[in-house]
Amino acid sequence: MDQQVSNAAGANPTNVERISDREFAVTRLFDAPPRMVFTAWSDPSLFQRWWVPKSATGVSLVSCDMDVRTGGKYRLEFAAGDQTMAFFGKYLDVVPDQRMVWTNDEGEEGAVTTVTFKEQGGKTLVTYHETYPSKEALEEALSGSAAGLPEQFEQLAELLATAEA
Amino acid sequence: MVQFNSTSLDASFAALSDATRRGVLAQLGRSDASITTLADQFHMTLTGMKKHVQVLERAGLVTTEKVGRVRTCRLGERGLGAEAEWIDAQRKLFERRFAALDAIIEEMKQEEANGPAGE
Repeated sequence: MDQQVSNAAGANPTNVERISDREFAVTRLFDAPPRMVFTAWSDPSLFQRWWVPKSATGVSLVSCDMDVRTGGKYRLEFAAGDQTMAFFGKYLDVVPDQRMVWTNDEGEEGAVTTVTFKEQGGKTLVTYHETYPSKEALEEALSGSAAGLPEQFEQLAELLATAEA
Repeated sequence: MVQFNSTSLDASFAALSDATRRGVLAQLGRSDASITTLADQFHMTLTGMKKHVQVLERAGLVTTEKVGRVRTCRLGERGLGAEAEWIDAQRKLFERRFAALDAIIEEMKQEEANGPAGE
């Protein structure tokens, strides 16, 4: 396992850290103003082009419906081989160019995801923050990743993580 | 089913929250090393590196053994445990996503630069 930061030249580092017993966060700086980065997260035709990076693994995003406003809903459907899977939930809070908060309702104890867009000298610091309802729920997610539960999500994550660009 | 001990999970996450310590684990994954070697490699003082190694040791991620004047570090039984793998998988996933997002942002910049004024 290579822990050295091995980003392509010029890329900003991606940091992942566990913040508490039921939260983890991913942070990354983008070389563009918040309005532009926010658009890439909230316009479904753009979002679906990067959330599942193009790869030769056979995972494809079948549909991507996003109604990005407070109270709006989303539904992403994936196909991998003969399996299909859906991720869905609703937006609890959306402040254009600043933040979006959504639920992850496909599981029983899904996390709430908060993404914030902070201007930093013309660039944007994106923080992707997941809060699980309990310590047990986060550990379930951890053991899911380690022990293959839920298997289909694990497969998807693995495909996405290991696929060649 | 893998059983997790919450206390050791917390200690592991604390240990892994630091970039140097993750680097040390990666290095020890390739080969055992003395604290002096690690300190040189990560451009740190011996004292600084000792502290990092102690945190990793307490989390069970690293074991050390002193032979003569040299303290050798190697990956502990837990190695890069489930939680480290999970963090690593998340980072890889988001690195891939964000590399693709960078490309889209570049496109958007181009379009703005070339697009009709006043849009």
